[in-house]
Amino acid sequence: MSKLTLADLKKLRDEKKKEMVKREEGKTTQIIIGMGTCGIAAGAKEVFDAFLDEIDAKGLTDVAVTQTGCMGKCHVEPTVEVFAPDMPPIVYRDVKTDIAKRIVNEHLIDRKIIADHIFDKPADILK
Amino acid sequence: MKYKNYILICAGTACESSKADEIYRNLMKELDAHKLLNETQVLKTGCFGFCEKGPIVKVLPDESFYVHVKPEDAKELVEEHIIKGRRVNRLLYNKPCEETNVAKKLDSIGFYQKQVRVVLRNCGFIDPEVIDEYIARDGYAALEKVLFEMSADDIINELKTSGLRGRGGAGFPTWRKGMFTKDAQNEEKFVVCNADEGDPGAYMDRSILEGDPHSVLEAMTIAGKTIGANRGYIYIRAEYPLAIHRLEVAIKQAKEFGLLGENILNSGFNFDIEIRLGAGAFVCGEETALLASLEGRRGMPVPRPPFPAVKGLWGKPTLINNVESYANIPAILTKGGNWFAQFGTESSKGTKVFALTGKITNSGLIEVPMGITLREIIYEIGGGIPNGKKFKAVQTGGPSGGMITADYLDTPIDFDNLIKLGSMMGSGGMIVMDEDDCVVDVSKFYLEFTVDESCGKCSPCRIGGRQLMNYLEKITNGEGTDEDIRKMRLIGHAMQMASLCALGQTAPNPIISTLAYFEDEYMAHIHDRKCPAGKCQKLIRYFINEKCIGCTLCAKKCPVDGCIKGEKKQVHVINQEACIKCGECERVCKFKAVVKI
Ligand SMILES: Cc1cc2nc3c(=O)[nH]c(=O)nc-3n(C[C@H](O)[C@H](O)[C@H](O)COP(=O)(O)O)c2cc1C
Repeated sequence: MSKLTLADLKKLRDEKKKEMVKREEGKTTQIIIGMGTCGIAAGAKEVFDAFLDEIDAKGLTDVAVTQTGCMGKCHVEPTVEVFAPDMPPIVYRDVKTDIAKRIVNEHLIDRKIIADHIFDKPADILK
Repeated sequence: MKYKNYILICAGTACESSKADEIYRNLMKELDAHKLLNETQVLKTGCFGFCEKGPIVKVLPDESFYVHVKPEDAKELVEEHIIKGRRVNRLLYNKPCEETNVAKKLDSIGFYQKQVRVVLRNCGFIDPEVIDEYIARDGYAALEKVLFEMSADDIINELKTSGLRGRGGAGFPTWRKGMFTKDAQNEEKFVVCNADEGDPGAYMDRSILEGDPHSVLEAMTIAGKTIGANRGYIYIRAEYPLAIHRLEVAIKQAKEFGLLGENILNSGFNFDIEIRLGAGAFVCGEETALLASLEGRRGMPVPRPPFPAVKGLWGKPTLINNVESYANIPAILTKGGNWFAQFGTESSKGTKVFALTGKITNSGLIEVPMGITLREIIYEIGGGIPNGKKFKAVQTGGPSGGMITADYLDTPIDFDNLIKLGSMMGSGGMIVMDEDDCVVDVSKFYLEFTVDESCGKCSPCRIGGRQLMNYLEKITNGEGTDEDIRKMRLIGHAMQMASLCALGQTAPNPIISTLAYFEDEYMAHIHDRKCPAGKCQKLIRYFINEKCIGCTLCAKKCPVDGCIKGEKKQVHVINQEACIKCGECERVCKFKAVVKI
């Protein structure tokens, strides 16, 4: 990478923004794993590998697996966000390696959301 | 066959009681009747946090949010929405302007509903090891402005408008410190980032550095340009290996892109950042001790003034700010000080990141606007106290702070209100306690920490802390007297007035605040020789009552040989002398025959 000028930086930003929008609109398939210290302590590294292995095993070619920092949901780590075309973006909680396999097979291949691992916490509003 | 639609039904307890199950069954029946079961997935999910509008049904991917749904609405939902693709307007939740926010994303409800993400704007979104992703989310746009459009005074004015106050604990206005350092006359100046973060229970700064390291690099570069410095240091504890790794990667990438180093973006401005590892001493978070440690000396505070802004690292003017303070700055400069100032209270603008831990259902990292109440944080975001226990208090400000009780749950949280309550903002740790926590024991825990971490330079802190510790030990052992309480107040006051740095000045705070709110609990320890919460081991006893059927399980599980005695089928007896109060007998007894008093 050569050093950027102001114009280069602006151009790069515009390009990358478009890529991000694509991901958020669900035009591409992406799996984002929360890998702060808390996620890693809960096993996010193994989960990362499990995703790669299963995606390989099933011969999927257009899935990007990436990491991100702490999503703040330490009580349900590891957390994983899945973007897939024509499906709602879903955040899964407590994703261990077996759930990672299920996400590849059920969510990505069968297009079924795994109901019991969606992150949406109970909000006990004080009555 | 791919699914085309997803119907989510809130099946939290509140909604369950209002017929979520029946709605589920009816929806399945309708879908089956129309042979749509292989196109539409119906899911029961946890609570959306909107119970007063329940039962709630959400249809994806078009994000329709239906409220007050009745079982008999299932037919219309399927026939209209799923088959014809027309929303059922009479059930739609669409309060003006809230609709887009509230119904936008599945997880934007509940946990995130009360949160505003300024500092954590990128955490959980971008890959922290890929600079492109930071750039895509307006990263380095503030630096562009600073290098090509704004003067140093413009930057300081923008920070002034924003009202940003330091997030490292003291809450000093960030713009003012910037101005002092800018105005200090010297050929060489430095920018330092305080990433020492030593409070027990706090990990906000670590998460920012792990999730969004470029935001801090960008802000430090901006700070360098503002005050006229060409070198910055990040002082981070060696216990944070992942944060250090991500910072190293980020620095390397920023240099490759020409966003750090020489002649940044061809502007003629040079700025370099180096990482310095600290050994994890709490006192090294204090700015003068930190600077001493950076210089390779033993980390001990020195009296201020002179402030680092005048005489800091190697005697040169130095701007030292906290990680979270820095992380706010790029957002303020891209979106404007006024944008930032819309969040928060009169005296405390913007947001604050808190690490929510202790007896709380959803522990985690949250970012909320200043002025939010503790009740909102604990019950709405945190999901309340687990296991049906009662809320007792929350400790803010870590070992330098104090406890806030149920009576003050509705106080808006900002720098000044917390001080008024005898606590402080601190760096943002928030530890929630329930009825099983003993305030004397918790105070002892914090004091142990500060006594351990005292550098020993000044006697009020070194000796005073030790003395307070002795009294607390006496009290928790059941040997305390009223005189001890009086002495603790006296010594605490002396430490507050006479210690060299805030470590000693604030070390008595947990004791003083618990004495103010929970004096009766101290009295129970002293006069009744009892620990009301059942925590202080010397003050509790386990007994076996007549419910005992002599099953011998407790005697088998007791880790102390021969402590629990008794014949088979006879009531057993605990030898009080030998008992180590581990509570194992109480846990294993199936007949509730072991009681703790
Ligand atoms: C004992 C002690 C520990 C401290 N630890 C930290 C720390 O870990 N991180 C931090 O940012 N500030 C810490 N501070 C506060 C710093 O001295 C200083 O106020 C802060 O770095 C200023 O940055 P700010 O204006 O951005 O808050 C500590 C202060 C004391 C007295």
